[in-house]
Amino acid sequence: MALLQLSEPGESPDPHQQRLAVGIDLGTTNSLVATIRHAVPECLAGDGCGIILPSVVRYQKDGSTIVGQAALAAQTIDPRNTIASVKRLMGRGLADADAGMRGRYDLVDTGDMVRINTVAGQRTPVEVSSEILRVLRERAEASLGDELVGAVITVPAYFDDAQRQATKDAARLAGLNVLRLLNEPTAAAIAYGLDEGAEGIYAVYDLGGGTFDFSILRLSRGVFEVMATSGDSSLGGDDFDEALAAWLHKKASGVDLDCSKSRALLVEARRVKEALTLSAECVARVPVAADGIKDVTITLGEFHELTQALVERTLQPVRKALRDAALKVADIQAVVLVGGATRMPHVRSAVAKMFGREPYTDIDPDKVVAIGAAIQANVLAGNRRPGEDWLLLDVIPLSLGLEMMGGLTEKIIPRNSTIPVSKAQDFTTYKDGQSAMAIHVVQGERELVQDCRSLARFELRGIPPMPAGGARIRVTFQVDADGLLSVSAREQTTGVESHVTVKPSYGLSDDEITGMLKAGFEHAAEDMQARALREQQVEAERLIEAARQALIEDAGLLSSNEQAGIEAAIKRLGELNLGNDHLAIKAGIDALSASTGELAARRMDKAIRQALTGNRIDALPL
Amino acid sequence: MQEYFSLFGLPERFAIDPAQLEVAYRNVQAQVHPDRFAHRPEAERRVAMQWATLANEAFRTLKNPLARARYLLSRRGVEIDAERNNGMSHAFLMQQMEWRESVEEAADDAEALQRLERDLARDERVMLDDVKHAIDEEVDLVQASELVRRLMFMEKLRREIDEALALLEN
Repeated sequence: MALLQLSEPGESPDPHQQRLAVGIDLGTTNSLVATIRHAVPECLAGDGCGIILPSVVRYQKDGSTIVGQAALAAQTIDPRNTIASVKRLMGRGLADADAGMRGRYDLVDTGDMVRINTVAGQRTPVEVSSEILRVLRERAEASLGDELVGAVITVPAYFDDAQRQATKDAARLAGLNVLRLLNEPTAAAIAYGLDEGAEGIYAVYDLGGGTFDFSILRLSRGVFEVMATSGDSSLGGDDFDEALAAWLHKKASGVDLDCSKSRALLVEARRVKEALTLSAECVARVPVAADGIKDVTITLGEFHELTQALVERTLQPVRKALRDAALKVADIQAVVLVGGATRMPHVRSAVAKMFGREPYTDIDPDKVVAIGAAIQANVLAGNRRPGEDWLLLDVIPLSLGLEMMGGLTEKIIPRNSTIPVSKAQDFTTYKDGQSAMAIHVVQGERELVQDCRSLARFELRGIPPMPAGGARIRVTFQVDADGLLSVSAREQTTGVESHVTVKPSYGLSDDEITGMLKAGFEHAAEDMQARALREQQVEAERLIEAARQALIEDAGLLSSNEQAGIEAAIKRLGELNLGNDHLAIKAGIDALSASTGELAARRMDKAIRQALTGNRIDALPL
Repeated sequence: MQEYFSLFGLPERFAIDPAQLEVAYRNVQAQVHPDRFAHRPEAERRVAMQWATLANEAFRTLKNPLARARYLLSRRGVEIDAERNNGMSHAFLMQQMEWRESVEEAADDAEALQRLERDLARDERVMLDDVKHAIDEEVDLVQASELVRRLMFMEKLRREIDEALALLEN
């Protein structure tokens, strides 16, 4: 099909003026990178391999890594050091890791995010993911011939804060500037919606390798509005493989297998699953302990029967999202299938039966998420063309709350709130003279704190002595457009303040990231200074350009003093930018940012006033 | 803090045209959404997030009639304490108890629950009409806050019915 002719031929922006940005689908099984070239979205191929990069990383003794097809092929010969499906461990502690992952790898419990023991040392899931992202960044830069301004990385809509933060950290580690974390089903809806000029209520059923998402969106007049989202962040095609592997193993022998054989069994199970999307029967070559291989015949009917419970499990979130959006099945205009696992015939027929209509599969379910991300990245990078004015309104998938007395959760921001969103809540001390208060932030729908995900704990100290109930502590939650949370707390009568960007219980600290970044650059023999300088120079140029433009457009909003201040800061930064001291340039950037902050706020006020004028005109009967 | 009605260029009253509210909300978001500023300097990105947050909160508040009524009352200095039950008429307290009993009795009967939900929604519509009258016309804030307190109770009950229905569905 002709994909998304976003502008008429001859109208496309000058490629030299276009800021290079990519969309990355960081999948459990496969990852892709896409961009907009000549106004058409395109998935980029690697050197000598296709567009699909298997999300597999093999660690070697000397610390080097192999990523993708070659690593996939090495799975059975080096199973312990060849990490597949690492997405299932992102932002997770050992206790949350599923049995399959625990069996396959040497996982280390460090109290926070789980680590994987490899021949090259311990690695966090963030580091493993960053290896995949790095390969995709290099692929894009080689293919596009320049550095990237930034990337949109997709995440399952049902990812919690810890999983999102881990993904963003991985991108940072891979040298990517993250323009936005975009929910996978939303990305698919963008690709479909803009392609088909769709209007109405659409559902996206996204069954990937390791995660399931279901989102309901309303598309109207260029606005993509997510009405509700739900899912299961540990249910995907992998679970079908494991169920099938267990069944085949039992049929063939039932004797315990070593690491290498059990990985070979899993690989064979996936092959059989894929074969059964095309034929009604398949002969599986099942590895057995002693004597190599045993043939087992499996029919499509048998496969469906043994995995039907997994398909049923996806329908619960479907019903929940419909309920949250206060919609009935009949209100849904069309259902879009996304993710390789939706190729299984019984998944398709279950969706068709639930919605009483055949689902859409027009865009390749493997590519559609990366394409949607690329479209979004192009716009976020500032390549929006006149007339291209669609808007995306996404939601937070899980409620955010605080622990109260007795281990109960107090919900502060309910699920399916449109982001960005902020909420403040007041609390008080319960003891005379209480000087500190512990704050425990959780995410989830359950009543008891222990059933929700612990995101962060912090303490507000220095509360002045007051009788019980005297202090008034306001806790503010802010969720940004990436769905990431920051929390601050402030004692109202004295102004004692505490602010945390939620570095989750299962996350990495800034110091750890910096350490990894440094190690990564040393390993890649890259000059960190040079890179930091280049980054600051680009940022400085961008800021100077933006400030000059704002002065041309809106000098009238400033006093002559303010204007002179900004001009001086621009001049100073321009001079610093000729030198090669990246720290000095950074200081100049901060100074110019500070002096333009007020102008930015006033320009926004003006833009809103203009928008409201437009609104009154719209509302007039013609 | 920016007042919600003026943010959307609407007159400050309970009666509202939902379509007009939605158009105004979209116009504001089209100007301030962080996606419009992703490539801009940090200061602008921060301002955008604050405005978009405000626009979302304002829209959420004005769209929901009960939240809108509470907001209007709070603008007029009447804060409604969700926990406080006194001051409610004896008749309404009796009705509360009856409703609760009906929900408990119907807990495993989807049809009965749906019937209750419909009855509740019908009563709420009538009461919202009275709220409109009390805020926009009579300007009887005591009466309005009494109605709002009752509606808050009914909303809570409706959520409980929803949860019971969700349990039955799975």
